[in-house]
Amino acid sequence: MISPKITRFALLAALAALGAVSAPAQMLINGAGATFPQQIYTKWFDEYQKIDPSVRFNYQGIGSGGGQKQILAETVDFGASDGPMSDENLAKASRPLLHIPTVAGAVVVSYNLEGNPQINLDGSTLASIFLGTVTKWNDPAIAGQNPNVKLPAADIVVVHRSDGSGTSFIFTDYLSSVSADWKQKVGKGTSVSWPVGLGGKGNAGVAGQVKQTPGAIGYVELAYAHQNNLPFASMKNASGIYIAPTLESVTAALAAATIPEDFRFSMVNSSGEKAYPIAGATWLLVYAEQKDHVKGEKLVQFLKWAYTDGEKYAAGLDYAPLPDLVIKRVVERVNSIKY
Amino acid sequence: MSTLPSTPSVLPKPGSRAPDIAFKWIAAAAAGLIVVLIVMVGWQLYAGSRLALAKFGPGFLWSSEWDPVLDKYGALPFIFGTLVSSLLALLIAVPLGVATALFLTELAPLRLRQPIVMAIEMLAAVPSVIFGLWGIFVLIPWLRDYLFVWLKHYFGYLPLFQGPIYGVSMMAAGIIVAIMILPIITSISREILRSVPNLQREAAYALGATRWEVLKIAVLSYARRGLFGAAVLGLGRALGETMAVTMVIGNRPQISASLFAPGYTLASVIANEFTEATSDLYLNSLFELGLVLLGVAIMVNIAAQIMLKSMTGSGPIKVN
Repeated sequence: MISPKITRFALLAALAALGAVSAPAQMLINGAGATFPQQIYTKWFDEYQKIDPSVRFNYQGIGSGGGQKQILAETVDFGASDGPMSDENLAKASRPLLHIPTVAGAVVVSYNLEGNPQINLDGSTLASIFLGTVTKWNDPAIAGQNPNVKLPAADIVVVHRSDGSGTSFIFTDYLSSVSADWKQKVGKGTSVSWPVGLGGKGNAGVAGQVKQTPGAIGYVELAYAHQNNLPFASMKNASGIYIAPTLESVTAALAAATIPEDFRFSMVNSSGEKAYPIAGATWLLVYAEQKDHVKGEKLVQFLKWAYTDGEKYAAGLDYAPLPDLVIKRVVERVNSIKY
Repeated sequence: MSTLPSTPSVLPKPGSRAPDIAFKWIAAAAAGLIVVLIVMVGWQLYAGSRLALAKFGPGFLWSSEWDPVLDKYGALPFIFGTLVSSLLALLIAVPLGVATALFLTELAPLRLRQPIVMAIEMLAAVPSVIFGLWGIFVLIPWLRDYLFVWLKHYFGYLPLFQGPIYGVSMMAAGIIVAIMILPIITSISREILRSVPNLQREAAYALGATRWEVLKIAVLSYARRGLFGAAVLGLGRALGETMAVTMVIGNRPQISASLFAPGYTLASVIANEFTEATSDLYLNSLFELGLVLLGVAIMVNIAAQIMLKSMTGSGPIKVN
C-alpha cells in the first residue's frame, strides 16, 4: 500500500516536471557552423538564457562550410563561419546576408626543441619553413633572429592541420600576406595543398605530433597552446617588433586592421606596434531582413546583449574581444536588421 | 487446465502454405532492402559528385593533384593509400588471426579458450579514436625509435624501408588497422575451423600424422576457402576505416614506395575536409572520392570472388 502522502508528492513532482518543459512557450533559434568559436557561443547562449528564458539557442558546430551552406539554404536562423564568405557564395544568397564579427583568435607557432627555448620568427622565414626551402633548425634565416638560442643541426619536421579549419585559413592567409612565393605557389584556404609536412587531425592532432616529434614545428589555436602548455614563437609584426601571442596583442591587431563596410576583413599582419600578426576573426551570418518577426526580434536582442555583456566572457575562454571602436560599428549594423 | 485441446490452435491447418509464402516474401524483402540501400548510396554519391564528374572526367582517377585553393582535384594518392594501408593490415592481421584461431580451436587448454575469446572480442569494442590516440602517443614513438630504425638498418636496401622516419606513416596506419580487423578475422576463422569435421582430424591421426601435419592436411587445407573469406571480410573493414587511420597516417597525398613515408586514404580525406569545404566543386570532388571508395570496395570484392572460385579447396564452406 502506497501512502497517500507519497502519491500526492509524486503527482506534484510529475506536474512540476511537465510544467518545466511546457509552461513557457519557448522559442528555439537554430544556428550552425564554425567550431572555433563554439565554446564562447555556448557560453553566451547559457548566460543569455538566464536573462531571457523565453528563448533557447541550439548551435551545431558542423564547420564553416556547413554553416555557410545551411544559412544559404535557410535551414538555420543564423550561420557561423571562421572565414568570410567568398563573393561567389555570397551571390547565392536570395537576399542580403550580413557578416557580423564576434570575437577573434590567434594562431600560434609551436615547436619541439630540446630545452623549450623561446624563439623569434619573422613571416618570410616561417613561409620558407612551410614551403620546404628552410629545412634545418640551424639555418642562418632562423639562427640570425635567435642569437641567444643554441639551435640544433636537426631537420625541421613541418606539421599542419589535415582537416579543413579556420585555423589553417588564418595561418595560410598570413603566409600569403607576407610571402609572395607562398601566395603564388600555395595560397590561402581552410585546406591547401601543403608543399611539405605531415597532417594532424585537429588542434590535438597537430599538438600531439609536434610534442612527439623532435624538431617539429606546427600551428595551433592560442587557447589550445595555453591549455596544453606548448611553447610558442614570438612573431615579427608589420612594424618590425617581435610580439608574443596574447589576447591583448590580438585585440591590438584588430584595432589596427582596416575593416570594410561589409565586415569581411582579414586582420593578419596588422600594422599596429603591439599587434600579433597571425590572427583572425570569426563571424555570424545573419540575414539583413528576418522573415519571422518574433524570432528576428529575439535574435537582434541577443546580438545586442552579446556585444554589451557577452564580450566580457571572451577573455576567460582565450578569445580576444573586439575593440570598442569595432563593437560600435557592429552594433550599428545589428540595429539595422529588419524584422 | 482440465481438458487438453484436441489440436493446438496456434498452428494453421495442416497443408496450408501461407506461412511458407509469407516467410519467403519477408526474407526476400529483407535481402532486397540491402540491395536498394547500396543502390541508393551509390546514387546519392553520384548525384553529389556530378560537377566533379563533368569537370574532371575519368582523369580524376589518375590525377595526383589535390589543391582546394586552385579547385583542382584528383584521387590517385588516396586510392593508393587506401589499398596499400589495407593490404598491409591484411598481411599482418591474417597470419596473426588464423594462428590465434588455430590455437583456440586446436591447441589451447579448454579453460584458457573462453578468456582469450573474450579478450579478442573486447578488442572489437574499443572505439576507433582510442586506437588513434594510442597510436599517436604509444605506438608511433616506439615505431620511430625502435622498429623503424631496426628495419632501416637491416633492410634499408629495400625501397620499402628508405627515407626519413617521422613515425606517422603508411606502416603505422597498416599496423593500427591490423589490430582493428584482428577480432573479426579471428572470430570468423575460429568458427570456420570449428566447423571442420572431427572425422577429418581422426582420419589424419589414424594415418600416423603428427599434430602439425594434421593441422596442415586435415584442418587448414579443408578450411582454406573459408579462411580466405574471413580475410576478405577483414579487408572490407580495413578499406573504410577512417578515424584511427587519419590520426597516424600523416595525411599527405603522395605516392611513395617507402612504408615510412606518410600517406592518405579516401575515407580520411573525406572525414578531414568535408566540414569546411565551401566551394561546390570541392564538395563534389569529396563526394566523388566517396564514389571511388565504393567502387574500390566493390572491385576488391569481385576480385576476391574470382580468386575464391579458382581456389581448389575441397571444403564445403562458402563465403557470400
